[in-house]
Amino acid sequence: MAATEETIAKVKDMAGKYEAGFVTDIESDKAPKGLSEDIVRFISAKKKEPEWMLERRLKAFAHWQRMKEPKWAKLEFPEIDYQDAYYYSAPKSAGDGPKSLDDVDPKLLETYTKLGIPLREQEILAGVTNRTPVAVDAVFDSVSVATTFKDELKRHGVIFCSISEAVREHPELVKKYMSSVVPYSDNKHACLNNAVFTDGSFVYIPPGVRCPMELSTYFRINELNTGQFERTLIIADKGSYVSYLEGCTAPMRDERQLHAAVVELIALDDAEIKYSTVQNWYPGDIDTGAGGIYNFVTKRGLCEGRNSKISWTQVETGSAITWKYPSCILKGDNSSGEFYSVAITNGRQQADTGTKMIHLGKNTRSRIISKGISAGRSDNTYRGMVKIMPGADGARNFTACDSLLIGDQCGAHTVPYIESRNRTAKLEHEATTSKISEDQLFYCLQRGIGEEEAIALIVNGFAREVMQHLPMEFAVEAQKLVGISLEGSVG
Amino acid sequence: MIEIKNLQANVNTDEGPIEILKGISLSIQPGEVHAIMGPNGSGKSTLSYVLAGREDYGVTGGSVSMNGEDLLALEPEERAAAGLFLAFQYPVEIPGVNMSTFLKTSINSIRKQRGEDELDALSLLKLMKTKCKELGISDDMMKRAVNVGFSGGEKKRNEVLQMALLEPKFCVLDETDSGLDIDALKIVADGVNALRDPKRSFLIITHYQRLLDYIKPDVVHVLAGGKIVKTGGPELAQELEKQGYAEIIEAVA
Repeated sequence: MAATEETIAKVKDMAGKYEAGFVTDIESDKAPKGLSEDIVRFISAKKKEPEWMLERRLKAFAHWQRMKEPKWAKLEFPEIDYQDAYYYSAPKSAGDGPKSLDDVDPKLLETYTKLGIPLREQEILAGVTNRTPVAVDAVFDSVSVATTFKDELKRHGVIFCSISEAVREHPELVKKYMSSVVPYSDNKHACLNNAVFTDGSFVYIPPGVRCPMELSTYFRINELNTGQFERTLIIADKGSYVSYLEGCTAPMRDERQLHAAVVELIALDDAEIKYSTVQNWYPGDIDTGAGGIYNFVTKRGLCEGRNSKISWTQVETGSAITWKYPSCILKGDNSSGEFYSVAITNGRQQADTGTKMIHLGKNTRSRIISKGISAGRSDNTYRGMVKIMPGADGARNFTACDSLLIGDQCGAHTVPYIESRNRTAKLEHEATTSKISEDQLFYCLQRGIGEEEAIALIVNGFAREVMQHLPMEFAVEAQKLVGISLEGSVG
Repeated sequence: MIEIKNLQANVNTDEGPIEILKGISLSIQPGEVHAIMGPNGSGKSTLSYVLAGREDYGVTGGSVSMNGEDLLALEPEERAAAGLFLAFQYPVEIPGVNMSTFLKTSINSIRKQRGEDELDALSLLKLMKTKCKELGISDDMMKRAVNVGFSGGEKKRNEVLQMALLEPKFCVLDETDSGLDIDALKIVADGVNALRDPKRSFLIITHYQRLLDYIKPDVVHVLAGGKIVKTGGPELAQELEKQGYAEIIEAVA
């Protein structure tokens, strides 16, 4: 049908529309190419880490060499040559890590401005821009180049800094909590992260404190052939609350790049963590699939305390390969976990993403809402596990997975695993698959709405249930991103 | 003025194109209301889709102009911006998109295409409120997803609301009476009548004469087998109601 051909043509046009695809021309300080014990030592030395951290890294590296890659996901890609990449790259001007904003290289500031990320506290405070204040940790390749609003947060007892700084300044917290939710040997990608992680954010919210502003980290991969190994650790002490947002972009390059992150969240009694991600890594060439980011991410939250809550919201539009399952371990009685996901794939993208909800405590609740949108020749898989352990009396889960197909060459798959070892548990699962109908599209066109905008409108409607869980400040951006990722597709 | 000349069109199906419209000609002056009546399968809905430029409906001959502009050369959304409005027989549901977002997108897309400034959220809200009030529609509808869970009457009233907001030059109503009880029909007809304007032309497509009791046409055409077989005044609709289509079509054959 004519409609489908046009769709394909329009979706192809979109390839040039990855707006974050520029390269910042900046001198960097790199580790030699390849991966070895020496590289691990090099990174640790660059970060001026204490001995215990280096030991942890080396232990992980030794273990990693013996591990096999997880192959169960519905993803196809050539074997990764771990020796053909750089594991550390930092802008020369960044020196020893984040300093005051006045000292940050203007080229870096410009990069973040171009990406629409506010690093200038003064302007926000002075009301020059009308955004609500959001504290930002900006990670450029392997280092954090700036963290804003640190002093303001400190007044509330909130620690928000780069993970490298936390290792040096808050070793007791890092020692206690790092790798407590994702063990170093969890999976091969996470294990590699334990050996070579470079930067990321550290957040600690003291008891009873409601974090006074949104916290966010923007990850930017700039250097060619460089992997980014992000490490984030968020601890919400008793009765505290924090909302955190993570954003990611990278230049358009013909070579594949690796991003293997580990994110750990810990919520103590009555604490709540809301973690949102807008992932917009370069997805690779739309026709050939060349380039793009391999996004292998292990994200896990531990609801350690009673009545604690962890909520993951993700909008995944980028990456050539996405392998990512933000999960919750519901250990505390009455704790709850949520997973809200929109995953969009186009061109040759492949996404295998979902969640795990492990119910350990009594009356634990989990809720999973997943919206997968596939276009072009992409493959989009929801993979989820709900596990009810014997002690989880009265556990509840609700899962709804909806897939939307655009065109006739893409795939949508739903793979739910459900395991219940407690008779009192209640589990619900719903799944639907639909296409954007020609009727919907024609209705919009007849009302003067162009095809690209019509598709963005329909897809945003489809994803609305998830989008409304994003912090207000980011919801608008995320909606626009949905439009950009899919401009011009018809079912 | 709307001028349709010898319009011929195909519908693309899986089995190949099928000829539906076999040469339709009519002209509608500004301010006039024309009705097209015809039996099932005569090509009524096809005509509305061809005018609006729906995919899979191919024009094989003839022309359509609106105030001298070649309508067939435009994309569907450009036709809307040029002033063509189609009230759907079956208004489409768009889950998750609330009415106010939909209307905002529609109005501003059209304004943008016309080279006008986009309206800000506040002006839009005011505009929607005013129009809703005029048409007796509760503004609660603005918070609901487009046509999702709407009753038959609500769907059709929503079409009239959109017509009122977009202020078209040429309105095509495709079997607006279908699925409406008499009270809903009256409300919808009142809405349409309120929009009658010396600068605006209407083409009302209907199977039954009933709607024309409430929206008085200036001219009535009978469509059969893809052609207009008879044209007359409002009395033709009465005649059809009394005699049925078969007799009239046979008489002209």
